Amino acid sequence: MTVKEIAEKLNLTAVCDEENTDREVTGCHIGDLLSLVMSKAQSGDAWITIQGNINVPAVASLTDCAMVIIAENIQLDPQALKRAESEGIPTYITEKSAFQLACEIKECL
Amino acid sequence: MAENTVKLHYNVDPDDFTVAGEASGAVKKVLKQLGFSPDVIRRVAVAMYECEINMVIHAQGGHIDVEITPEKIRMIHTDQGPGIKDIDKAMQEGFSTADEKVRELGFGAGMGHPNMKRYTDDLKITTEIGKGTVVDMTVLVK
Repeated sequence: MTVKEIAEKLNLTAVCDEENTDREVTGCHIGDLLSLVMSKAQSGDAWITIQGNINVPAVASLTDCAMVIIAENIQLDPQALKRAESEGIPTYITEKSAFQLACEIKECL
Repeated sequence: MAENTVKLHYNVDPDDFTVAGEASGAVKKVLKQLGFSPDVIRRVAVAMYECEINMVIHAQGGHIDVEITPEKIRMIHTDQGPGIKDIDKAMQEGFSTADEKVRELGFGAGMGHPNMKRYTDDLKITTEIGKGTVVDMTVLVK
């Protein structure tokens, strides 16, 4: 399923979805420690996190994640939003938990 | 050989997370344009980003020199920070001296140096307390 399709199916709120939403999502990674995410996340993953700071879009870009989903209603910092836009990282927020999101994403892969 | 070398230079500003990652992001774009494989690009970008973040957190910034040839990518990170007290400890997964503020930003997991080692083919750290640190990393294009 593509980024766009997953966002619609999971009823996610888009904060940055101007680019790259037609990309296929091929896996899922949950993580909040950015160095660990950098060592474990795979290209094409939907990355679920409760971090909303400036470094999140940078790490998503470096690891080539397909999308970022910020769980538990955590908001994305304005600086982070700017960076997500400039890097073209589809980014969404939701009130759902990381566990719930992962279960729902499993059904989409 | 010399005409096949691309040299890049970046300054890393201290205490500014808004620009940390700019150098690794820029190198990533250059490598993509030059046609390197996604695996090589990822290894270079992650190793560089870890080092850049360390320079911002611990060392009041510094500078990075990158040399790209068809065979390898070498990244030399130089700072005038406090130096690394115990390199063996710094290489252990989970060991970190980062403060609470840094941890809240998602860093300080103690994975920085282990990630640099994991993603590069050669890692040399030269450090002197009170003087600074040079992290010299090479990724081979296989």
